[in-house]
Amino acid sequence: MMKQPGQLPPYIQALRSRERWRGAEIAFWLSWVAVYFLFPDSLLFASQILITGLFALSLDLILGYAGIVTLGHTAFFGLGAYTAGLLTTHGVHEPLLGLAAAAAVAALAGWLTSFLVLRGSDLARLMITLGIAMLLLEIANRATGFTGGVDGLQGVEVGALLGLFAFDLYGRVAYCYVLVVSFCLFVLVRALMASPYGLTLRAIRENQRRAVAIGVPIRTRLTNIYTFAALIAGVAGALLTQTTQFVGIDVLGFGRSADVLIILIIGGMASLYGGFLGAVAFLLAKDQLASLDARYWLFWLGLLLIVMTLYLRGGIMEGLRKLAALTRWSRT
Amino acid sequence: MISFLGILFDGLAYGVLLFLISVGLSVTLGLMGFINLAHGVFAMAGGYLLVTLTGQFGLGLLASLPVIFVLVALGSLVLERVLYRPLYRATPLEQVLLTVGIIFVAVALATWLFGPGQQPLALPPYLDGQLSIGGLDLSRYRLFLIGVGIVITLALVFGLERTRFGARIRASVDRQQTAEAMGIHVGRVFQLTFAIGSGLAGLGGALGVNVIGLDPQFPLKFLVYFLLVVVVGGPGSVSGTLLAALLLGVADIASKYYLPQIGAFVIYAAMILLLITFPHGLLGRRRSS
Repeated sequence: MMKQPGQLPPYIQALRSRERWRGAEIAFWLSWVAVYFLFPDSLLFASQILITGLFALSLDLILGYAGIVTLGHTAFFGLGAYTAGLLTTHGVHEPLLGLAAAAAVAALAGWLTSFLVLRGSDLARLMITLGIAMLLLEIANRATGFTGGVDGLQGVEVGALLGLFAFDLYGRVAYCYVLVVSFCLFVLVRALMASPYGLTLRAIRENQRRAVAIGVPIRTRLTNIYTFAALIAGVAGALLTQTTQFVGIDVLGFGRSADVLIILIIGGMASLYGGFLGAVAFLLAKDQLASLDARYWLFWLGLLLIVMTLYLRGGIMEGLRKLAALTRWSRT
Repeated sequence: MISFLGILFDGLAYGVLLFLISVGLSVTLGLMGFINLAHGVFAMAGGYLLVTLTGQFGLGLLASLPVIFVLVALGSLVLERVLYRPLYRATPLEQVLLTVGIIFVAVALATWLFGPGQQPLALPPYLDGQLSIGGLDLSRYRLFLIGVGIVITLALVFGLERTRFGARIRASVDRQQTAEAMGIHVGRVFQLTFAIGSGLAGLGGALGVNVIGLDPQFPLKFLVYFLLVVVVGGPGSVSGTLLAALLLGVADIASKYYLPQIGAFVIYAAMILLLITFPHGLLGRRRSS
């Protein structure tokens, strides 16, 4: 077939089509705007879901895209949460400043630990990430004068956003704030993953040797995606502190690392939206089931994990993809 | 000086427990590369079995130990067949997810069956109390633990080095494909090793009720310790696991005694350092493949 003048070669077209926003994606974000008007009584819960989704997105970057298995991703979430909290107890009340500080601290920690994490086998990685999170938990637990220890950090007072919008009791301002920050970061992540940079990450995950062969600098790529993921996790942690005005020690616990992993698996990895969809499903189910009995919740969660790893790989996103393919097939 | 020896003694007893629980994990990890985070579940099962057997069935402590070994080993065979086997060739992530799921279900079941609290256990009179040796007051129970540890280590070393089955295990750990080519059924070797390892973990959990406690959170609370022993010792190496377990036991007790305000900090910091300096474990075999 002759190439017509002015028409782009197919590989560029393919890349362009990856970047294009699809209808479902726009509908997804519009529905978060709709939540503000439809459920004015549960905006605090909705912000929790968004924050958890953002946290899961940051895990997706390193686990789904770069293929690094971690059991201690909450270390960065907790660092961000404590940074934002400690900043307000020391007199800095502007939330955006807190967000920036949390991002900086988490990113620095991510960059420093990336050198420890990225060497060794998968098992060693699991242990090192788990160890770093445990280490931070132990510090937060013991430094009671500084962090409040097991009781959590009290007296977090977040000032008005940009000096204009004070956080209200119903969480309206908080929800808008979380939504805007999440969306901005999501757009950034989306652009990054659709770029050649994102493609090289996938190449590393699929086959390291071939990635080396085509000239991908593996160590640099993994180091900076780990740092970037830590940054986003830190922002998510700071958002949690600022919207709940409290830092509990559980932000550093193994439970949260496991939860975010499960959320990502339920939602679907390497899909950008899996984290958010998983957070919606996970937190709604937890809200319903845990109110019956906390013990049953753990049982069902464990059973779900076992069944999903054995029989249902790919999570919600894979299910949606199959559904979309089915409707397309029945239409033709 | 006396207190130092006392700490060493307590640490060694603790290390023996860690060794008993972790050695099965080490061999199965070296054999199949299966990341089994749920190994602590078998130890917890052993603990609860002991509490039930001595409490409700009136069996003695010594008489219940073999029963526990057999029951936990049989139970682990069922789990291996149903849940673990489909994922032998899967990615580490899937193995982690499956075994975390198993931990959650086990924690929920244990809470449901036995309640969330610590389980009490009355020791028989011949194991209770202290024994004075050379001015040192040593707990009889911990002496008994160390004795059990020595017996089981000798049995394991003899089994691995001197029996045909041990030779099969060593061959399979060293190079699975060659072992299979020589007519060794690696799958069956693994199954048996898995069962024996889980039985030993059950034994360790049962013996540990009085030392490290028993509650439904057990598999999560000690997860780091078991993995640490295995990774530091080098997967697949019995002597490495023993060394790592004893070191960790003594270090943990000593840091809790001398530096109580720092707590578990030392252990985690040491773990990260050790993992970075010895990525293959202290006495681990370097994989050539």
